[in-house]
Amino acid sequence: MVNRKKILISVFAIMTACGFIQAQRIKGSDTLLPLTQALAEMYLSEYRDSSIIVTGGGSGVGIAALMENTTDIAMASRRVKFSEKMSFAKSGLEIKEVIVAYDALAVVVNPANPVKELTRKQLEAIFRGKITNWKDVGGEDRKIVVYSRETSSGTYEFFKESVLENKNYMSSILSMPATGAIIQSVRQTKGAIGYIGLAYLNPYVKALSVSYDGKAFYAPSVETAAEGLYPIVRPLYYYYDSRKEPFVGSFITYILSPKGQASVLEQGFIPVGKEKPAGGNNVATKENGLNSEVDGEEVVRP
Amino acid sequence: MRKLVEKGVKWLLTLSGFVTSLVILLIIGFLFTEGAGLFRKKIIEEGYVLALNKENPVRTMTAEQIKAVFDEDVTSWKDLGGPDLAITTFRLEDVEKYFTEEELGAQYEYAGEKIAALVDANPGMVAFVPESMIPENAELNFIEDSNISPKDVFVGAEWFPTATPSSLFGMWPLLAGTLWVSFFAILFALPFGLSIAIYMAEIAPSKVRDVFKPLIELLNGIPSVVYGFFGLTIIVPLLQQVFGLPVGESGLAGSIVLAIMALPTIVTVAEDAMRNCPRSLREASLALGASKWQTVSKVVIPSSMSSIASGIVLGIGRAVGETMAVLMVTGNAAVIPHSILEPLRTIPATIAAELGEAPAGGAHYQALFMLGVILFFITFFINLCVEYISSRNKAKNR
Repeated sequence: MVNRKKILISVFAIMTACGFIQAQRIKGSDTLLPLTQALAEMYLSEYRDSSIIVTGGGSGVGIAALMENTTDIAMASRRVKFSEKMSFAKSGLEIKEVIVAYDALAVVVNPANPVKELTRKQLEAIFRGKITNWKDVGGEDRKIVVYSRETSSGTYEFFKESVLENKNYMSSILSMPATGAIIQSVRQTKGAIGYIGLAYLNPYVKALSVSYDGKAFYAPSVETAAEGLYPIVRPLYYYYDSRKEPFVGSFITYILSPKGQASVLEQGFIPVGKEKPAGGNNVATKENGLNSEVDGEEVVRP
Repeated sequence: MRKLVEKGVKWLLTLSGFVTSLVILLIIGFLFTEGAGLFRKKIIEEGYVLALNKENPVRTMTAEQIKAVFDEDVTSWKDLGGPDLAITTFRLEDVEKYFTEEELGAQYEYAGEKIAALVDANPGMVAFVPESMIPENAELNFIEDSNISPKDVFVGAEWFPTATPSSLFGMWPLLAGTLWVSFFAILFALPFGLSIAIYMAEIAPSKVRDVFKPLIELLNGIPSVVYGFFGLTIIVPLLQQVFGLPVGESGLAGSIVLAIMALPTIVTVAEDAMRNCPRSLREASLALGASKWQTVSKVVIPSSMSSIASGIVLGIGRAVGETMAVLMVTGNAAVIPHSILEPLRTIPATIAAELGEAPAGGAHYQALFMLGVILFFITFFINLCVEYISSRNKAKNR
């Protein structure tokens, strides 16, 4: 409620400041937030007469806001759920999906841990609580402490889908509120294991090489992910109402342009063009016919 | 003119009183309606069905059984009251394992028929698919869906709010975690809080008190996320070393942080109560030849006992409702705690961590509101205790 008020106030402030320009509102996933902010800044330095407001809150918040028309683009680190699709259908909205970048997840352990690589099967067993000691996967005799993100984060969902093949994590898993907290905990706990976005990787934690087929192990990096060798890669989405295409299209085109994608790479994400990641389901944008009728007030650009 | 102003002020005060009460009632009403919606939700995710082969006699499954089946912990229909037959699970994501793109059609228009045929051909298969995809004439059996029962919610031991096909909303571990961590917090805060209060009210020279009191009250002004970070970077590693724990995030770390946070409330209220002890009582005691310590322990503390007690209860209230600090240091493992050295998960931390991403109006969203209702009742009960204790106080002093 407070958030919405804040947005309203900022919209109002910007409208009065820039002579009633309708701002594009972008809201959602915290994973995409820094990237979108950087891209929006770049975009605005070229298109000085437009304005963009970017806010976080989580994938679910962004999608709910799209439903209530309090945002123009929803950022999401997961695909819309079937139940959300049904609500969209109920309210007569036809949403479109664009993949703007890919994100690789790195499995991290304490730097003191001698284990260097794990297969998907071993990871599944560890995160489901079937393997509880590091010596079972070639390490020291030490209890495995498993860290995860909280249940409703997009990262949690994706890791579950890709690594655990949709099975559930064990119930005694430690769930941390943010990626920073996972890094902090893994750094100070010897037996820890956790997963973080590739962009957050730092020298205080050690990233493991991962193999899905049990033969070839790959360390996480932008290069291995872009070549489709590193398996834990997920797409990041923008969702928008297809009727607002002319309004938001320019920004999205800008992101997908070579210049925008170069910035994506700079931010530690994997650009869309290079793609064909093995893990993520590479769904093309659904073009359900362009609906060009637009509310007049929405595209007021001097 | 003055009369008019007075009348206006009176009206304004009345109005603001009514508006505030109304808003509070609306918020409570909102909390309850959203929370109660949980029991009208089905156990299987909205819009989906669990389809079985028509030969399969199994009709009902509990949410736990569904989870066990899809986690491949239960692998035979025999365990669910069916024939001795291996269970094969099918999710929509598996469709590419069985069929090629061409078979499914460009817009996946044949997917429904294909899946129906697949389930028909495999007697041990259970398919988790959208209801709208199943063709109308398909000869399949479906698991009967039932409403989420209050029993599963309040005494269920597993909190898996985003599990598919069937979420588990067992709130008992969260409730136990909240009470457990608050209990220990108050256990730590009480002796320290009381001794500081007695020291400041009775022993400390006024100069020392002038420094101490604002300092303690300053603790109240520190944002809870700062406490949380302090706990995560200092207390957690410390506990890990001292107790030799595999993991430092534990109920103990949470209760220590909460104890520090509850201190200012307890100290301020208890100190004020003791200082407000009537001078006549104190002087009477001293005049009878009692020493300073005898006066404090036998007269001052008993006479201000109920105020001290309400200070303690307010401190408990703070500990129960605290969100951010516990979220960062307790590890948030949704298991029923057996010792204070284990990670645990509290109700406010769960709400704060999950509400942002829960689809609005869904079962998970409503379950979080239900947790809010439980928390409401806990704090309501605590407030009633304060009321009761302080009303006794008034009666006694009269």
